[in-house]
Amino acid sequence: MSNVRPRIRLPRSARPGEVVMVRTLISHPMETGNRRDADGAVIPRQIINRFTCEYDGKMVIDCDLGISVAANPFMEFDVKVEHTADFVFSWHDDDGSVYTETQTLEVG
Amino acid sequence: MLTRRSTLSLGLGAAAVTLVPLKASASLSPLDQAIADFTGGASVKDDGVTVIAPEIAENGENVPVEIMAPGAVAIMILAPGNPTPQVVRARFGEASGAPRLATRLRLGETQTVTAFAEMADGSFKRGIAEVRVTIGGCGG
Repeated sequence: MSNVRPRIRLPRSARPGEVVMVRTLISHPMETGNRRDADGAVIPRQIINRFTCEYDGKMVIDCDLGISVAANPFMEFDVKVEHTADFVFSWHDDDGSVYTETQTLEVG
Repeated sequence: MLTRRSTLSLGLGAAAVTLVPLKASASLSPLDQAIADFTGGASVKDDGVTVIAPEIAENGENVPVEIMAPGAVAIMILAPGNPTPQVVRARFGEASGAPRLATRLRLGETQTVTAFAEMADGSFKRGIAEVRVTIGGCGG
C-alpha cells in the first residue's frame, strides 16, 4: 500500500535503567471492510493487523490490532533501556506488506 | 486389538470431540468469544486495571484510551458496543518498562470500554470506562 508513513517519537537520550516513553503512529486508513463506496460495493478490509516493537533484540510489546483501532494507528508505551541499542518497529498490513523502522537511542 | 466395540467407542469419542467446540463457538457472541479466547474461561477480578478515556467523545472515529495494568503480562481492549468488539490484544515483552498502552479507538456508539489483563500469576483482572459518543465511528 502506498502513502504509508511510520512516525516514531523517542527521547533524544536516556540514562541506563530509565523507563522511556515511546510514541508511534503510522498513516494508514484502517479500512474496516464494513463500508461501501458510492456504487454500493463493499470496500474490502485492509488494516494493520499487528504491531511489534523490539529493543536490543528483546520484545517490548506485540499487539494484534482489530478493525476498531482508529485510522492512523497510534501506540504509546514504555520501554526500560539499559544501553545504546536499536529499536525495531514493525507494522504488518493485511496485504502482506511489513513496514519496518529502526532507530537508535543513545543511553549513557 | 481393535474389537467392534472399541472401534465404535473410538468413533463416538472423535465425534464428541469435534462437536463440542463447534457448539461452543456457535453459541457465543463475538464479545463472549473474545473474552473466552483471552481468559480461557477463568474468573476475572474487577480491579487493578485502569482505563482512562474521555467521558464524552464528540467523534467516535478517534477516541484516545490508555490502559494501565500493573503486574500484567498481556492486555486486551474491548469495545463491546462495536460490531467487532476486540480492538487490541497486546503482550508485554521482557524489555517493556510498564504494562501500559495508550491508543485510539473507533467507537460506534455510547459504550463501556473494557480492558482485561492477564497477570504474571495467571489470574485475570478487568477495568472499565464509560464513553458517551456523540457521533459514532463505524458509519459507512
